[in-house]
Amino acid sequence: MDSAGEVVNDGKITLEGFTVAARAFADKWKRHNLSFPPWSWVPLINRTMLKKEEGYLSLEKIIILSSLEGSAEEESLDVTADWSEKEESIDHTVLVQNEEDEAHYYDYHIVYSASYMVPMLYFRGYSSDGKPLSLDVIKRDLPSSSVSLLLESKWTFITQEEHPYLNRPWFKLHPCGTEEWIKLLSESSSSDGCQIPVELYLVSWFSVVGQVVGLKIPREMLI
Amino acid sequence: FFFFFQVGELVRRKGSVGEKRMAANEEAVKYVWEGAIPLQIHLHKSEVASHPPPPPALVLAPRIGYLPLLVHLIKPYFKDSLPPGEDSIWFDYKGLPLKWYIPTGVLFDLLCAEPERPWNLTIHFRGYPSNVLIPCEGEDSVKWNFVNSLKEAAYIINGNCKNVMNMSQSDQEDLWTSVMNGDLDAYTRLSPKIKMGNIEDEFSRKASVSSPQSRQGGTEIDVAGQVKTARVPVRLYVRSVSKDFENLEDVPEMDTWDEISYLNRPIDFLREEGRKCFTLRDAIESLLPEYIRDRAQRSGEEGEQRTTDASDVSQETRGELKLVRIQGIEMKLEIPFSWVVNNLMNPEFYLHISVLVKEPQR
Repeated sequence: MDSAGEVVNDGKITLEGFTVAARAFADKWKRHNLSFPPWSWVPLINRTMLKKEEGYLSLEKIIILSSLEGSAEEESLDVTADWSEKEESIDHTVLVQNEEDEAHYYDYHIVYSASYMVPMLYFRGYSSDGKPLSLDVIKRDLPSSSVSLLLESKWTFITQEEHPYLNRPWFKLHPCGTEEWIKLLSESSSSDGCQIPVELYLVSWFSVVGQVVGLKIPREMLI
Repeated sequence: FFFFFQVGELVRRKGSVGEKRMAANEEAVKYVWEGAIPLQIHLHKSEVASHPPPPPALVLAPRIGYLPLLVHLIKPYFKDSLPPGEDSIWFDYKGLPLKWYIPTGVLFDLLCAEPERPWNLTIHFRGYPSNVLIPCEGEDSVKWNFVNSLKEAAYIINGNCKNVMNMSQSDQEDLWTSVMNGDLDAYTRLSPKIKMGNIEDEFSRKASVSSPQSRQGGTEIDVAGQVKTARVPVRLYVRSVSKDFENLEDVPEMDTWDEISYLNRPIDFLREEGRKCFTLRDAIESLLPEYIRDRAQRSGEEGEQRTTDASDVSQETRGELKLVRIQGIEMKLEIPFSWVVNNLMNPEFYLHISVLVKEPQR
Protein backbone atom coordinates (compact mmCIF):
# COMPACT_ATOMS: atom_id res chain seq x y z
CA MET A 1 0.00 0.00 0.00
CA ASP A 2 1.37 3.35 -0.96
CA SER A 3 0.57 5.36 2.08
CA ALA A 4 1.02 8.70 0.37
CA GLY A 5 -1.66 7.92 -2.18
CA GLU A 6 -4.04 6.18 0.16
CA VAL A 7 -6.95 7.86 1.80
CA VAL A 8 -8.25 5.67 4.58
CA ASN A 9 -11.51 4.30 3.34
CA ASP A 10 -14.07 5.86 5.62
CA GLY A 11 -13.66 9.56 4.99
CA LYS A 12 -10.54 9.85 7.10
CA ILE A 13 -7.02 10.64 5.95
CA THR A 14 -3.56 9.65 7.13
CA LEU A 15 -0.89 12.12 8.13
CA GLU A 16 1.04 11.39 4.96
CA GLY A 17 -2.14 11.79 2.95
CA PHE A 18 -2.81 15.11 4.61
CA THR A 19 0.61 16.43 3.65
CA VAL A 20 0.04 15.47 0.01
CA ALA A 21 -3.52 16.79 0.01
CA ALA A 22 -2.40 20.07 1.56
CA ARG A 23 0.15 20.72 -1.16
CA ALA A 24 -2.39 19.89 -3.86
CA PHE A 25 -4.98 22.13 -2.22
CA ALA A 26 -2.58 25.05 -1.96
CA ASP A 27 -1.54 24.63 -5.62
CA LYS A 28 -5.10 24.55 -6.90
CA TRP A 29 -6.07 27.49 -4.75
CA LYS A 30 -3.20 29.51 -6.10
CA ARG A 31 -4.17 28.69 -9.66
CA HIS A 32 -7.91 29.12 -9.49
CA ASN A 33 -8.61 31.43 -6.59
CA LEU A 34 -6.77 34.56 -7.65
CA SER A 35 -8.99 36.79 -5.63
CA PHE A 36 -7.35 35.50 -2.45
CA PRO A 37 -3.76 35.35 -1.31
CA PRO A 38 -2.23 31.86 -1.41
CA TRP A 39 -2.12 29.38 1.48
CA SER A 40 1.31 28.70 2.90
CA TRP A 41 2.58 25.46 4.35
CA VAL A 42 4.04 25.97 7.81
CA PRO A 43 6.38 23.10 8.71
CA LEU A 44 6.50 21.96 12.31
CA ILE A 45 10.09 22.21 13.28
CA ASN A 46 10.42 22.02 16.98
CA ARG A 47 12.75 20.42 19.40
CA THR A 48 11.18 17.02 19.10
CA MET A 49 12.12 16.91 15.41
CA LEU A 50 9.33 14.77 14.11
CA LYS A 51 10.53 12.26 11.60
CA LYS A 52 8.09 12.93 8.80
CA GLU A 53 7.62 16.42 7.52
CA GLU A 54 4.59 17.65 9.40
CA GLY A 55 2.95 20.99 9.18
CA TYR A 56 -0.23 22.90 8.63
CA LEU A 57 -1.73 25.27 6.07
CA SER A 58 -2.00 28.94 6.87
CA LEU A 59 -3.99 31.73 5.30
CA GLU A 60 -3.65 34.97 7.16
CA LYS A 61 -4.76 38.57 7.26
CA ILE A 62 -7.94 38.08 5.29
CA ILE A 63 -10.01 41.14 5.65
CA ILE A 64 -13.71 41.12 6.10
CA LEU A 65 -15.27 44.52 6.03
CA SER A 66 -17.93 44.58 8.64
CA SER A 67 -20.90 46.72 7.91
CA LEU A 68 -24.09 47.28 9.76
CA GLU A 69 -26.34 45.79 7.13
CA GLY A 70 -26.17 42.86 4.82
CA SER A 71 -25.28 39.24 5.37
CA ALA A 72 -21.77 38.05 5.89
CA GLU A 73 -21.90 36.06 2.67
CA GLU A 74 -22.29 39.19 0.69
CA GLU A 75 -19.48 40.70 2.62
CA SER A 76 -17.07 37.94 1.78
CA LEU A 77 -17.91 38.34 -1.87
CA ASP A 78 -17.12 42.00 -1.44
CA VAL A 79 -13.77 41.01 -0.09
CA THR A 80 -12.95 38.88 -3.09
CA ALA A 81 -13.94 41.67 -5.46
CA ASP A 82 -11.59 44.04 -3.69
CA TRP A 83 -8.75 41.60 -3.91
CA SER A 84 -8.93 41.00 -7.63
CA GLU A 85 -8.82 44.70 -8.29
CA LYS A 86 -5.95 45.39 -6.00
CA GLU A 87 -3.91 42.25 -6.30
CA GLU A 88 -1.45 43.50 -8.83
CA SER A 89 -0.43 46.71 -7.23
CA ILE A 90 -0.89 46.27 -3.53
CA ASP A 91 0.49 43.89 -0.95
CA HIS A 92 -2.24 41.53 0.23
CA THR A 93 -2.13 42.77 3.75
CA VAL A 94 -3.00 46.32 2.92
CA LEU A 95 -6.58 47.35 2.61
CA VAL A 96 -8.01 50.53 1.38
CA GLN A 97 -11.10 50.92 3.43
CA ASN A 98 -14.11 52.99 3.90
CA GLU A 99 -13.94 55.14 7.01
CA GLU A 100 -17.28 54.02 8.35
CA ASP A 101 -16.53 50.32 8.02
CA GLU A 102 -14.43 48.55 10.54
CA ALA A 103 -11.96 46.07 9.13
CA HIS A 104 -11.81 42.66 10.76
CA TYR A 105 -8.78 40.53 10.03
CA TYR A 106 -8.92 36.74 10.00
CA ASP A 107 -6.29 34.05 10.11
CA TYR A 108 -7.14 30.48 9.08
CA HIS A 109 -5.10 27.39 9.78
CA ILE A 110 -5.87 23.91 8.50
CA VAL A 111 -4.36 21.50 11.00
CA TYR A 112 -4.32 17.70 10.94
CA SER A 113 -5.93 15.92 13.86
CA ALA A 114 -4.12 12.68 14.60
CA SER A 115 -6.94 11.62 16.93
CA TYR A 116 -9.81 12.06 14.46
CA MET A 117 -7.68 11.52 11.33
CA VAL A 118 -9.31 14.46 9.58
CA PRO A 119 -8.30 18.08 9.03
CA MET A 120 -9.56 20.76 11.39
CA LEU A 121 -10.06 24.43 10.76
CA TYR A 122 -8.72 26.86 13.30
CA PHE A 123 -9.35 30.56 12.89
CA ARG A 124 -9.18 33.80 14.77
CA GLY A 125 -10.29 37.33 14.19
CA TYR A 126 -8.71 40.58 15.23
CA SER A 127 -9.11 44.27 14.56
CA SER A 128 -6.52 46.46 12.92
CA ASP A 129 -4.85 47.18 16.25
CA GLY A 130 -4.35 43.44 16.80
CA LYS A 131 -6.98 43.08 19.51
CA PRO A 132 -8.71 39.70 19.30
CA LEU A 133 -12.35 39.67 18.34
CA SER A 134 -14.84 37.94 20.59
CA LEU A 135 -17.10 35.19 19.30
CA ASP A 136 -20.05 37.61 19.38
CA VAL A 137 -18.29 39.95 17.03
CA ILE A 138 -17.06 37.10 14.83
CA LYS A 139 -20.62 35.77 14.58
CA ARG A 140 -21.63 38.94 12.83
CA ASP A 141 -19.07 38.17 10.15
CA LEU A 142 -20.32 34.60 9.66
CA PRO A 143 -23.03 33.52 7.24
CA SER A 144 -26.45 33.40 8.90
CA SER A 145 -26.72 29.62 8.49
CA SER A 146 -23.64 29.15 10.64
CA VAL A 147 -24.98 31.44 13.28
CA SER A 148 -28.14 29.41 13.80
CA LEU A 149 -26.11 26.20 14.13
CA LEU A 150 -23.93 27.94 16.66
CA LEU A 151 -26.96 28.97 18.67
CA GLU A 152 -28.28 25.44 18.84
CA SER A 153 -25.24 23.87 20.43
CA LYS A 154 -22.90 26.08 22.39
CA TRP A 155 -20.33 23.44 23.05
CA THR A 156 -20.12 21.37 19.94
CA PHE A 157 -19.81 23.55 16.89
CA ILE A 158 -17.35 26.41 16.98
CA THR A 159 -15.42 26.35 20.18
CA GLN A 160 -12.58 28.33 21.62
CA GLU A 161 -9.61 26.10 22.20
CA GLU A 162 -5.92 26.32 22.33
CA HIS A 163 -4.14 26.14 19.01
CA PRO A 164 -2.35 22.78 18.99
CA TYR A 165 1.03 24.40 18.30
CA LEU A 166 0.90 28.09 19.05
CA ASN A 167 -0.11 28.23 22.74
CA ARG A 168 -2.78 30.81 22.06
CA PRO A 169 -6.59 30.69 22.11
CA TRP A 170 -8.08 30.18 18.67
CA PHE A 171 -11.51 29.13 17.46
CA LYS A 172 -11.94 25.64 16.16
CA LEU A 173 -14.54 23.96 14.02
CA HIS A 174 -15.49 20.75 15.76
CA PRO A 175 -14.45 17.69 13.78
CA CYS A 176 -17.11 15.20 14.86
CA GLY A 177 -19.00 14.21 11.74
CA THR A 178 -16.35 15.32 9.27
CA GLU A 179 -15.60 11.85 7.99
CA GLU A 180 -19.29 11.20 7.44
CA TRP A 181 -19.86 14.01 5.04
CA ILE A 182 -16.57 13.38 3.26
CA LYS A 183 -17.83 9.83 2.77
CA LEU A 184 -21.09 11.21 1.36
CA LEU A 185 -19.18 13.52 -0.94
CA SER A 186 -17.03 10.72 -2.27
CA GLU A 187 -19.98 8.40 -2.79
CA SER A 188 -21.81 10.94 -4.84
CA SER A 189 -18.90 12.16 -6.89
CA SER A 190 -16.79 9.20 -7.93
CA SER A 191 -17.81 6.44 -10.29
CA ASP A 192 -15.27 3.78 -9.35
CA GLY A 193 -15.35 2.77 -5.72
CA CYS A 194 -16.01 5.36 -3.08
CA GLN A 195 -12.66 7.02 -2.81
CA ILE A 196 -11.79 10.64 -3.27
CA PRO A 197 -8.25 10.83 -4.65
CA VAL A 198 -5.98 12.22 -1.99
CA GLU A 199 -5.19 15.30 -4.11
CA LEU A 200 -8.82 16.35 -3.91
CA TYR A 201 -9.44 15.47 -0.28
CA LEU A 202 -8.83 18.92 1.16
CA VAL A 203 -10.59 20.59 -1.73
CA SER A 204 -13.71 18.57 -0.99
CA TRP A 205 -13.33 19.15 2.71
CA PHE A 206 -12.91 22.87 2.31
CA SER A 207 -15.84 23.14 -0.05
CA VAL A 208 -18.00 22.37 2.98
CA VAL A 209 -15.97 23.75 5.86
CA GLY A 210 -15.02 26.99 4.16
CA GLN A 211 -18.68 27.86 3.76
CA VAL A 212 -19.17 27.82 7.50
CA VAL A 213 -16.73 30.70 7.82
CA GLY A 214 -17.86 32.38 4.63
CA LEU A 215 -15.03 31.32 2.35
CA LYS A 216 -16.07 29.91 -0.97
CA ILE A 217 -13.91 28.08 -3.46
CA PRO A 218 -14.33 28.30 -7.20
CA ARG A 219 -15.76 25.26 -8.97
CA GLU A 220 -12.59 24.80 -11.03
CA MET A 221 -10.77 23.65 -7.92
CA LEU A 222 -13.00 20.62 -7.59
CA ILE A 223 -11.81 19.06 -10.83
CA PHE B 1 9.44 4.20 44.89
CA PHE B 2 7.63 1.69 47.07
CA PHE B 3 4.80 1.41 44.61
CA PHE B 4 7.24 0.96 41.81
CA PHE B 5 8.84 -2.03 43.48
CA GLN B 6 5.45 -3.70 43.53
CA VAL B 7 5.11 -3.02 39.84
CA GLY B 8 8.57 -4.40 39.20
CA GLU B 9 7.68 -7.59 41.05
CA LEU B 10 4.60 -8.08 38.92
CA VAL B 11 6.54 -7.71 35.73
CA ARG B 12 9.07 -10.30 36.80
CA ARG B 13 6.58 -12.93 37.90
CA LYS B 14 5.25 -14.11 34.58
CA GLY B 15 3.61 -17.28 35.69
CA SER B 16 1.33 -17.03 38.65
CA VAL B 17 -0.23 -13.69 37.91
CA GLY B 18 -3.98 -14.33 37.63
CA GLU B 19 -5.72 -13.17 40.77
CA LYS B 20 -2.82 -11.18 42.07
CA ARG B 21 -2.84 -9.03 38.95
CA MET B 22 -6.52 -8.32 39.40
CA ALA B 23 -5.94 -7.08 42.91
CA ALA B 24 -2.91 -5.10 41.80
CA ASN B 25 -4.93 -3.50 39.02
CA GLU B 26 -7.53 -2.26 41.48
CA GLU B 27 -4.75 -1.14 43.74
CA ALA B 28 -3.11 0.80 40.93
CA VAL B 29 -6.33 2.57 39.99
CA LYS B 30 -6.96 3.42 43.62
CA TYR B 31 -3.43 4.79 43.88
CA VAL B 32 -4.07 7.00 40.89
CA TRP B 33 -7.39 8.31 42.20
CA GLU B 34 -6.04 8.99 45.66
CA GLY B 35 -2.97 10.81 44.43
CA ALA B 36 -2.93 14.40 45.60
CA ILE B 37 -0.62 17.41 45.63
CA PRO B 38 -0.45 19.68 48.67
CA LEU B 39 -0.84 23.26 47.44
CA GLN B 40 0.01 26.50 49.15
CA ILE B 41 -1.94 29.20 47.37
CA HIS B 42 -0.96 32.84 47.66
CA LEU B 43 -3.15 35.75 46.63
CA HIS B 44 -1.36 37.87 44.09
CA LYS B 45 0.02 40.92 45.86
CA SER B 46 -1.64 43.34 43.45
CA GLU B 47 -5.00 42.06 44.61
CA VAL B 48 -4.46 42.26 48.31
CA ALA B 49 -6.80 44.97 49.51
CA SER B 50 -6.60 44.24 53.18
CA HIS B 51 -4.03 44.81 55.87
CA PRO B 52 -2.42 42.59 57.02
CA PRO B 53 -2.38 40.50 53.85
CA PRO B 54 -4.13 37.15 54.16
CA PRO B 55 -2.06 34.06 54.83
CA PRO B 56 -1.84 31.49 52.02
CA ALA B 57 -4.54 28.87 51.61
CA LEU B 58 -3.52 25.24 52.11
CA VAL B 59 -5.38 22.85 49.87
CA LEU B 60 -4.91 19.21 48.94
CA ALA B 61 -5.46 18.98 45.19
CA PRO B 62 -6.40 15.65 43.59
CA ARG B 63 -3.94 14.73 40.85
CA ILE B 64 -6.72 13.75 38.47
CA GLY B 65 -8.61 16.99 39.17
CA TYR B 66 -8.32 20.50 37.79
CA LEU B 67 -7.38 23.77 39.43
CA PRO B 68 -10.65 25.68 38.77
CA LEU B 69 -12.50 23.01 40.78
CA LEU B 70 -10.58 24.08 43.88
CA VAL B 71 -11.73 27.68 43.77
CA HIS B 72 -14.66 27.10 46.13
CA LEU B 73 -12.15 25.84 48.71
CA ILE B 74 -9.72 28.70 48.18
CA LYS B 75 -11.92 31.71 47.79
CA PRO B 76 -13.14 31.85 51.42
CA TYR B 77 -9.56 32.48 52.49
CA PHE B 78 -9.30 35.59 50.38
CA LYS B 79 -12.74 37.04 49.79
CA ASP B 80 -12.34 39.70 52.43
CA SER B 81 -9.09 40.84 50.91
CA LEU B 82 -10.22 41.23 47.33
CA PRO B 83 -10.73 44.56 45.62
CA PRO B 84 -14.29 45.17 44.38
CA GLY B 85 -15.28 43.79 40.99
CA GLU B 86 -16.04 40.59 39.17
CA ASP B 87 -13.90 37.50 39.46
CA SER B 88 -11.98 36.04 36.57
CA ILE B 89 -9.84 33.44 38.25
CA TRP B 90 -6.51 32.09 37.11
CA PHE B 91 -3.36 30.61 38.64
CA ASP B 92 0.32 31.03 38.01
CA TYR B 93 3.46 29.19 39.06
CA LYS B 94 6.48 31.49 39.28
CA GLY B 95 4.84 33.81 36.80
CA LEU B 96 3.78 31.15 34.32
CA PRO B 97 -0.02 31.23 33.79
CA LEU B 98 -1.33 27.72 34.33
CA LYS B 99 -3.44 25.98 31.72
CA TRP B 100 -6.54 25.08 33.67
CA TYR B 101 -7.59 22.16 31.45
CA ILE B 102 -4.46 20.14 32.19
CA PRO B 103 -4.94 17.83 35.20
CA THR B 104 -3.28 19.22 38.32
CA GLY B 105 -0.98 16.21 38.74
CA VAL B 106 0.32 16.59 35.20
CA LEU B 107 1.05 20.30 35.74
CA PHE B 108 3.01 19.43 38.86
CA ASP B 109 5.01 16.62 37.23
CA LEU B 110 5.84 18.81 34.27
CA LEU B 111 6.65 22.13 35.88
CA CYS B 112 8.44 20.94 39.01
CA ALA B 113 11.43 18.92 37.91
CA GLU B 114 12.35 18.69 41.57
CA PRO B 115 8.99 18.15 43.30
CA GLU B 116 8.12 21.07 45.53
CA ARG B 117 5.99 20.22 48.56
CA PRO B 118 3.84 22.11 49.24
CA TRP B 119 3.56 23.43 45.73
CA ASN B 120 3.45 27.22 45.89
CA LEU B 121 0.99 28.74 43.45
CA THR B 122 -0.42 32.23 43.07
CA ILE B 123 -4.11 32.83 42.52
CA HIS B 124 -5.51 35.84 40.69
CA PHE B 125 -9.08 37.05 40.74
CA ARG B 126 -8.57 39.82 38.19
CA GLY B 127 -6.74 40.47 34.99
CA TYR B 128 -7.32 37.19 33.18
CA PRO B 129 -4.60 36.78 30.52
CA SER B 130 -7.02 36.03 27.70
CA ASN B 131 -4.36 36.48 25.07
CA VAL B 132 -2.65 33.31 26.33
CA LEU B 133 -5.26 31.34 28.28
CA ILE B 134 -8.55 30.13 26.90
CA PRO B 135 -11.45 31.38 28.99
CA CYS B 136 -12.72 29.43 31.96
CA GLU B 137 -16.28 29.84 33.10
CA GLY B 138 -15.86 27.71 36.20
CA GLU B 139 -17.03 24.14 36.56
CA ASP B 140 -18.94 24.12 33.26
CA SER B 141 -15.82 24.77 31.25
CA VAL B 142 -13.90 22.06 33.08
CA LYS B 143 -16.75 19.58 32.58
CA TRP B 144 -16.99 20.39 28.89
CA ASN B 145 -13.25 19.91 28.51
CA PHE B 146 -13.47 16.55 30.29
CA VAL B 147 -16.34 15.28 28.15
CA ASN B 148 -14.63 16.43 24.98
CA SER B 149 -11.44 14.64 25.95
CA LEU B 150 -13.48 11.54 26.74
CA LYS B 151 -15.06 11.72 23.27
CA GLU B 152 -11.69 12.13 21.64
CA ALA B 153 -10.32 9.16 23.59
CA ALA B 154 -13.38 7.12 22.59
CA TYR B 155 -12.79 8.02 18.98
CA ILE B 156 -9.20 6.86 19.21
CA ILE B 157 -9.99 3.57 20.98
CA ASN B 158 -13.29 2.62 19.35
CA GLY B 159 -13.09 4.46 16.03
CA ASN B 160 -16.14 6.58 16.87
CA CYS B 161 -17.64 8.61 19.75
CA LYS B 162 -20.95 6.77 19.75
CA ASN B 163 -20.42 5.27 23.17
CA VAL B 164 -20.17 8.69 24.76
CA MET B 165 -22.89 10.27 22.62
CA ASN B 166 -25.26 7.45 23.52
CA MET B 167 -24.80 7.90 27.23
CA SER B 168 -27.83 9.43 28.87
CA GLN B 169 -27.51 12.99 30.07
CA SER B 170 -27.82 11.89 33.69
CA ASP B 171 -25.16 9.19 33.29
CA GLN B 172 -22.80 11.76 31.82
CA GLU B 173 -23.55 14.10 34.71
CA ASP B 174 -22.99 11.34 37.25
CA LEU B 175 -19.74 10.35 35.60
CA TRP B 176 -18.48 13.90 35.72
CA THR B 177 -19.58 14.27 39.34
CA SER B 178 -17.70 11.12 40.31
CA VAL B 179 -14.52 12.56 38.80
CA MET B 180 -15.07 15.95 40.35
CA ASN B 181 -15.52 14.42 43.77
CA GLY B 182 -12.77 11.85 43.36
CA ASP B 183 -15.35 9.13 44.00
CA LEU B 184 -13.76 6.02 42.54
CA ASP B 185 -16.60 3.74 43.63
CA ALA B 186 -19.16 5.79 41.75
CA TYR B 187 -16.88 5.98 38.73
CA THR B 188 -16.32 2.23 38.74
CA ARG B 189 -20.08 1.64 38.85
CA LEU B 190 -20.60 3.97 35.92
CA SER B 191 -17.68 3.04 33.67
CA PRO B 192 -19.38 -0.02 32.13
CA LYS B 193 -21.93 2.44 30.78
CA ILE B 194 -19.21 4.22 28.84
CA LYS B 195 -18.62 1.04 26.83
CA MET B 196 -15.05 1.95 26.08
CA GLY B 197 -13.19 -0.76 24.21
CA ASN B 198 -10.42 -2.57 25.98
CA ILE B 199 -6.78 -1.88 25.44
CA GLU B 200 -5.66 -5.42 25.65
CA ASP B 201 -3.07 -6.11 28.23
CA GLU B 202 -0.68 -8.29 26.25
CA PHE B 203 1.25 -9.13 29.34
CA SER B 204 -1.74 -10.73 31.04
CA ARG B 205 -2.81 -12.40 27.84
CA LYS B 206 0.52 -14.18 27.52
CA ALA B 207 0.50 -15.06 31.20
CA SER B 208 -2.98 -16.51 31.08
CA VAL B 209 -2.17 -19.06 28.38
CA SER B 210 -1.91 -22.29 30.34
CA SER B 211 0.59 -24.32 28.33
CA PRO B 212 4.19 -23.24 28.68
CA GLN B 213 5.55 -21.88 25.47
CA SER B 214 8.43 -19.85 24.27
CA ARG B 215 7.85 -16.21 23.52
CA GLN B 216 8.37 -17.02 19.87
CA GLY B 217 5.34 -19.26 19.79
CA GLY B 218 1.84 -18.49 20.90
CA THR B 219 -0.28 -19.63 18.02
CA GLU B 220 -3.18 -20.64 20.19
CA ILE B 221 -4.70 -17.22 20.47
CA ASP B 222 -3.91 -15.54 17.22
CA VAL B 223 -3.27 -16.70 13.73
CA ALA B 224 0.48 -16.86 13.41
CA GLY B 225 1.98 -13.63 12.14
CA GLN B 226 -1.17 -11.61 12.55
CA VAL B 227 -0.54 -8.03 13.51
CA LYS B 228 -3.03 -6.33 15.72
CA THR B 229 -2.98 -2.60 16.04
CA ALA B 230 -4.67 -0.63 18.72
CA ARG B 231 -4.65 3.13 19.07
CA VAL B 232 -4.05 4.46 22.55
CA PRO B 233 -4.95 8.01 23.62
CA VAL B 234 -1.82 9.75 24.84
CA ARG B 235 -0.95 13.33 25.70
CA LEU B 236 2.77 13.84 25.75
CA TYR B 237 4.33 16.94 27.32
CA VAL B 238 7.97 17.31 26.36
CA ARG B 239 10.31 19.67 28.10
CA SER B 240 13.81 19.90 26.77
CA VAL B 241 16.99 21.18 28.28
CA SER B 242 20.11 21.96 26.33
CA LYS B 243 22.63 20.97 28.96
CA ASP B 244 22.92 17.85 30.98
CA PHE B 245 22.27 18.09 34.70
CA GLU B 246 23.26 16.24 37.82
CA ASN B 247 20.27 16.99 39.99
CA LEU B 248 16.70 17.81 39.18
CA GLU B 249 16.98 21.05 41.10
CA ASP B 250 19.47 22.20 38.48
CA VAL B 251 16.84 22.10 35.77
CA PRO B 252 16.08 25.70 34.81
CA GLU B 253 12.62 27.10 35.35
CA MET B 254 10.10 27.43 32.61
CA ASP B 255 9.27 30.93 31.46
CA THR B 256 6.75 30.24 28.74
CA TRP B 257 4.67 27.39 27.44
CA ASP B 258 6.59 27.67 24.17
CA GLU B 259 9.30 25.67 25.92
CA ILE B 260 7.00 22.67 26.01
CA SER B 261 6.23 20.56 22.98
CA TYR B 262 2.74 19.23 23.45
CA LEU B 263 1.83 16.18 21.42
CA ASN B 264 -1.79 15.13 21.51
CA ARG B 265 -1.62 12.10 19.29
CA PRO B 266 -2.45 8.43 19.65
CA ILE B 267 0.21 5.81 19.96
CA ASP B 268 -0.13 2.95 17.52
CA PHE B 269 0.30 -0.07 19.63
CA LEU B 270 1.51 -2.97 17.55
CA ARG B 271 0.96 -6.42 18.81
CA GLU B 272 2.47 -9.11 16.72
CA GLU B 273 2.82 -12.73 17.56
CA GLY B 274 6.44 -13.53 18.18
CA ARG B 275 7.32 -9.88 18.55
CA LYS B 276 8.76 -8.86 21.83
CA CYS B 277 6.73 -6.88 24.30
CA PHE B 278 5.84 -3.29 23.37
CA THR B 279 7.35 -1.26 26.17
CA LEU B 280 6.84 2.27 27.43
CA ARG B 281 10.11 3.15 25.76
CA ASP B 282 8.84 1.82 22.43
CA ALA B 283 5.72 3.91 22.85
CA ILE B 284 7.54 7.15 23.59
CA GLU B 285 10.10 6.58 20.87
CA SER B 286 7.31 6.15 18.35
CA LEU B 287 6.27 9.73 19.10
CA LEU B 288 9.79 11.14 19.46
CA PRO B 289 11.93 9.43 16.87
CA GLU B 290 14.86 11.73 17.46
CA TYR B 291 15.37 10.28 20.91
CA ILE B 292 15.63 6.69 19.81
CA ARG B 293 18.62 5.07 21.34
CA ASP B 294 20.94 3.81 18.68
CA ARG B 295 20.25 0.12 19.01
CA ALA B 296 23.25 -0.85 16.93
CA GLN B 297 25.47 0.60 19.59
CA ARG B 298 24.00 -1.62 22.20
CA SER B 299 24.51 -4.87 20.33
CA GLY B 300 27.67 -6.80 21.12
CA GLU B 301 29.14 -7.03 17.63
CA GLU B 302 28.92 -3.39 16.82
CA GLY B 303 30.18 -2.38 20.26
CA GLU B 304 33.41 -4.24 19.81
CA GLN B 305 34.16 -2.56 16.56
CA ARG B 306 33.56 0.96 17.77
CA THR B 307 36.24 2.83 19.58
CA THR B 308 35.42 4.38 22.92
CA ASP B 309 35.81 7.83 21.41
CA ALA B 310 33.28 7.26 18.70
CA SER B 311 30.60 6.10 21.11
CA ASP B 312 31.27 9.05 23.41
CA VAL B 313 30.81 11.48 20.58
CA SER B 314 27.59 9.80 19.59
CA GLN B 315 26.39 9.98 23.15
CA GLU B 316 26.71 13.74 23.16
CA THR B 317 25.16 14.35 19.80
CA ARG B 318 22.15 12.16 20.44
CA GLY B 319 19.18 13.41 22.32
CA GLU B 320 18.32 11.61 25.51
CA LEU B 321 15.22 10.82 27.49
CA LYS B 322 16.16 12.01 30.95
CA LEU B 323 12.96 11.55 32.88
CA VAL B 324 9.54 10.12 32.23
CA ARG B 325 6.79 10.79 34.77
CA ILE B 326 3.29 9.41 34.86
CA GLN B 327 0.99 10.05 37.85
CA GLY B 328 4.04 11.32 39.72
CA ILE B 329 5.93 8.07 39.24
CA GLU B 330 9.33 8.09 37.59
CA MET B 331 8.85 5.30 35.14
CA LYS B 332 11.20 2.52 34.20
CA LEU B 333 10.94 2.42 30.45
CA GLU B 334 10.95 -1.33 30.06
CA ILE B 335 7.51 -1.76 31.60
CA PRO B 336 4.96 -3.16 29.11
CA PHE B 337 3.09 -0.23 27.65
CA SER B 338 -0.26 -1.97 27.90
CA TRP B 339 0.15 -2.24 31.65
CA VAL B 340 1.02 1.44 31.93
CA VAL B 341 -2.05 2.46 29.97
CA ASN B 342 -4.52 0.24 31.75
CA ASN B 343 -3.35 1.20 35.21
CA LEU B 344 -2.14 4.77 35.02
CA MET B 345 -4.53 6.52 32.66
CA ASN B 346 -6.76 9.40 33.77
CA PRO B 347 -10.54 9.07 34.09
CA GLU B 348 -11.08 10.44 30.59
CA PHE B 349 -9.05 7.49 29.27
CA TYR B 350 -6.03 9.56 28.34
CA LEU B 351 -2.53 8.64 29.45
CA HIS B 352 -0.64 11.85 30.28
CA ILE B 353 3.13 11.51 30.03
CA SER B 354 5.58 14.21 31.14
CA VAL B 355 8.99 13.85 29.60
CA LEU B 356 12.21 15.70 30.21
CA VAL B 357 14.73 15.35 27.41
CA LYS B 358 18.18 16.57 26.74
CA GLU B 359 18.41 18.09 23.30
CA PRO B 360 20.77 16.56 20.81
CA GLN B 361 23.78 18.75 20.10
CA ARG B 362 23.92 20.00 16.59
